[in-house]
Amino acid sequence: MIPMEHYLIVSSIMFFVGLYGFLSRKNLLAILISIELILNSVEINFSVFNRYLFPEHMEGMFFSLFGIAISAAETAVAIAIIINVYRVTQEIDVRHIDKMKY
Amino acid sequence: MGATAEIIVFYILAAVITVSSILAVTSRKMLRAATFLLVVLLCTAGLYLLLNYHFLAVVQLSVYAGGILILFIFAILLTSSKGDRSESHDRRRRIAAFAAALAGAVITIVATAKHKVLYGDNATILGDNEIPMKQIGHALIGDGKYEYLLSFEALSILLLACIIGGILIARKR
Repeated sequence: MIPMEHYLIVSSIMFFVGLYGFLSRKNLLAILISIELILNSVEINFSVFNRYLFPEHMEGMFFSLFGIAISAAETAVAIAIIINVYRVTQEIDVRHIDKMKY
Repeated sequence: MGATAEIIVFYILAAVITVSSILAVTSRKMLRAATFLLVVLLCTAGLYLLLNYHFLAVVQLSVYAGGILILFIFAILLTSSKGDRSESHDRRRRIAAFAAALAGAVITIVATAKHKVLYGDNATILGDNEIPMKQIGHALIGDGKYEYLLSFEALSILLLACIIGGILIARKR
């Protein structure tokens, strides 16, 4: 049987790699990809805790399920915003997006 | 699947997840980064399969790998102007970000490794008995204890709001 800690170590590596990408990239889409990594690692944690500690319940699985759906919604809106920003400023580099519309 | 095979599959998945998540945040070309993100998401679905969450694995594949990745690729193709390269921040910023991430990772992994979690050998991890689909469906649309009708409906309203918001934000004026 695989120890539970190994799943947690994999997901924490994924989380902090996502954190590094979030802090170090300048492209808005790259930042969004890092956020996806972070969300994904959290969902792994939910289901691992559910499976190992409370195997007769399904709460962690449903948290992961709703988390996946919410991150899909969040990504759709974020990409709509990014495409709109690109249409206005012709680039999606966070350094150059320092002006609001007015 | 035998226990040894499961362990081997787990470590292969873990190695692939680690390597391709690092590549997903460091590669310069955005399309390549999106492809590595796809690999990470597929391997995560593999982890769910190892945990016997078959329904969750299918949702992960269809929503994340099928839906979100398509959105990402279209957004990258729509917004790439000059050779779709993305620069990183300057060196100091990168080093600070790396230090923060490394410190957090070391603290978390050490805490995880030192902390003994007590759990028994339960049959659901060892065997291959998945949760029956009927049980999942009843829990999703029931309104009793440990049932999720309200959050299910709230989620559908959230998705509707996202559809309207996405159209409203991204349409041409």
